[in-house]
Amino acid sequence: MTMRGMDGSTAGAPLEGYNFAYLDEQTKRMIRRAILKAVAIPGHQVPFGGREMPLPYGWGTGGIQVTASVIGPDDVLKVIDQGSDDTTNAVNIRRFLARTTGVATTGRTAEATLIQTRHRIPERPLREDQILVYQVPIPEPLRFMEPREPETRRMHALADYGVMHVKLYEDIARCGRISTAYNYPVLVNGRYVMAPSPIPKFDNPKMDRMPALQLFGAGREKRIYAVPPHTEVKSLDFEDHPFEVQRWDACCALCGAGDSFLDEVVVDDRGGRMFVCSDSDHCRERRDAGHRGPEPEAVGQVQEI
Amino acid sequence: MSDVMIRVENLGKTFTLHNQGGVAMEVLRGVEFEVRAGECLVLNGPSGAGKSTLLRSLYANYRLQRGRVWIRHRGALLDLAGAEPRRVLEVRRETIGYVSQFLRAVPRVPAVDVVAEPLRLRGEMAAVARRKAAALLERLNISARLMELAPSTFSGGEQQRVNIARGFLPGYPVLLLDEPTASLDATNRAVVIRLIEEAKAGGAAVVGIFHDAEVREAVATAVHDMTAAAPAAA
Amino acid sequence: MTNETEQPLLRAVGVSHWYGGTLGCRDVDLDLHAGEVLGIVGESGSGKSTLLACLSARLRPAAGRVLYRTRHQGTVDIYGLGEAERRLLMRTDWGIVHQNPRDGLRLAVSAGGNVGERLMAVGARHYGRIRETARAWLERVEIDAGRIDDRPDTFSGGMQQRLQIARNLVTQPRLVFMDEPTGGLDVSVQARLLDLLRGLVADLGLAAVVVTHDLAVTRLLAHRLLVMRRGEVVESGLTDQVLDDPQHPYTQLLVSSVLQP
Repeated sequence: MTMRGMDGSTAGAPLEGYNFAYLDEQTKRMIRRAILKAVAIPGHQVPFGGREMPLPYGWGTGGIQVTASVIGPDDVLKVIDQGSDDTTNAVNIRRFLARTTGVATTGRTAEATLIQTRHRIPERPLREDQILVYQVPIPEPLRFMEPREPETRRMHALADYGVMHVKLYEDIARCGRISTAYNYPVLVNGRYVMAPSPIPKFDNPKMDRMPALQLFGAGREKRIYAVPPHTEVKSLDFEDHPFEVQRWDACCALCGAGDSFLDEVVVDDRGGRMFVCSDSDHCRERRDAGHRGPEPEAVGQVQEI
Repeated sequence: MSDVMIRVENLGKTFTLHNQGGVAMEVLRGVEFEVRAGECLVLNGPSGAGKSTLLRSLYANYRLQRGRVWIRHRGALLDLAGAEPRRVLEVRRETIGYVSQFLRAVPRVPAVDVVAEPLRLRGEMAAVARRKAAALLERLNISARLMELAPSTFSGGEQQRVNIARGFLPGYPVLLLDEPTASLDATNRAVVIRLIEEAKAGGAAVVGIFHDAEVREAVATAVHDMTAAAPAAA
Repeated sequence: MTNETEQPLLRAVGVSHWYGGTLGCRDVDLDLHAGEVLGIVGESGSGKSTLLACLSARLRPAAGRVLYRTRHQGTVDIYGLGEAERRLLMRTDWGIVHQNPRDGLRLAVSAGGNVGERLMAVGARHYGRIRETARAWLERVEIDAGRIDDRPDTFSGGMQQRLQIARNLVTQPRLVFMDEPTGGLDVSVQARLLDLLRGLVADLGLAAVVVTHDLAVTRLLAHRLLVMRRGEVVESGLTDQVLDDPQHPYTQLLVSSVLQP
């Protein structure tokens, strides 16, 4: 990926009157510095001077600012929300970035150089030449147990992380197992406890030693953190209650995949339902390759809903 | 001749009542005596002569303005009046027992455990200490049912017997007794006399205050007259 | 008795602290040995809580030193330690029982989680064993083990205080600081708590510093007393000496002001 963008006049036909990727160059530089620091200290939250973006907090302002700071004219952008490229949030962000940069966009994970995501990691393994940008609502994993921000920072500084296991202990005491299913806390590079953003814990193992660079942006709280390529990411657990990912009895009704994250979809008003891949690109890719699930003809039905 | 267990030298005690115009009350002056193993020294004198004050001074409960209180502890004489607090606690744990006039009841703790506590502090197993405590309480006519209750609800005589058992059970080499028989009936008084005799026979040095002439005559080997020790109030 | 145990566990030398121009405590020296319980008494504002905070590594005194004999590294100045070392010390070797259980408990976490936290903080990672230890400690402080999954905000004040004690003692500390441990409790509940504390201190050989304005509490719990007034120690000695034969005018006033200490 190129880091050009000073002139912002190259690829495509970006909107007149805006700087390349919307943010001014000083802001992008400041954010890049924060990103570099975040990469240097894996899992550590770095504050940055977040800007007002033309969409509200909670819609991905942190992710967008990170993306806007690293995107170049030659990038190919993919934006997903809950595994889908077609939800309102994904469509709007993709359109915004395409208009302000003129870069090419894609729905295909394999073709993208830069992927901004909310709530999922694509099923297809990512490569070293790709960057994954997460939208993060709450960057502080300790907040649930310790609301005081100065104290949580001190706890990070001292690796004083006993309370994270208290949270998991409470899960087991209440439910008989660790019931935390998303935003499942991880230990990065053996040092910092990190919130992986609200991805399902199914995706946690994909973060571990991922070849792609992972960047996390929290717009409201103005924090950036990162996991550099090939970094160890370990999900917290107990010896007698080891970390486990979700499993389904069903496979994807459309493509037959038995190893992907499935969404349960209601298909009619009589209680009919089926399980389909949450990652729509992954599902399409498999079907294109000839894989079929038990109800392949339901594609249209699912997409309407 | 047997060992000196207690030697009191030139003991003086003055209370200064700062909140009552700074009145200084000299209660004891120039008290001197020795008690050897197996002896029982009875403090004699009218009410207000300072008998209890002297006893408390021997226990280091009261702090002295003058003088020394030598106690044989771990084989050597130690000046209790000048000892640091940790040492005083050690002496009280191992060497000196003190039976006060009134039991200071600990809430919720059964009588048998109140009595067993000094043994437990010396590291005795709980069950053994309790068994010994129960046996002594039984000798003092405290029923097995009663000894399982906290003594705060006991009658004066019952509380006194619990107090006596607590003081006698560890077999201290030095025993200080402040009117141990004051509220006891004849039967229990006799038990206490026997306990004192047994302690003496076991080599203990006893210093006591006894109102009751019968008891006094039964146990005393010497009498210390306190009228001389109490100077006129300054 | 070895020379090792003759060394004090905790030693304060000339500890002084001011809040701006206001005196907290001045020139306090004290020694505390293993297994010893020291009471600090005085009225509100006498500086006893300031002193406790200085002793327990929570308030760096303006002057003076606080020395602690560690298990393995000899005697250290607790304010010379790094924050990480100090925290480790506080959660392994020390305990702090706050007057208000809300300051010492996590009210949104179950009783078991509260007791287990210190274990997890020092690396325990076996849920079953953590839970067993928590259960044993709940029973030890007379809380029905069936309430292990209940939150402490459903507990009575006395239970909360006992839970706080269990939470502190689970790592088998050597030294416990208590700030008015029976404050705000009913008399009968106080008695139960005191009895429990007495037993634990004796059985575990704990050293403790207990701040209280209740002289009856010190009579039952403390071996020695410091009497504080206007930031200074005006009298010290064995508990029964100070209470039965007070020397300083202020102590005499204090002792004569209570009904049957």
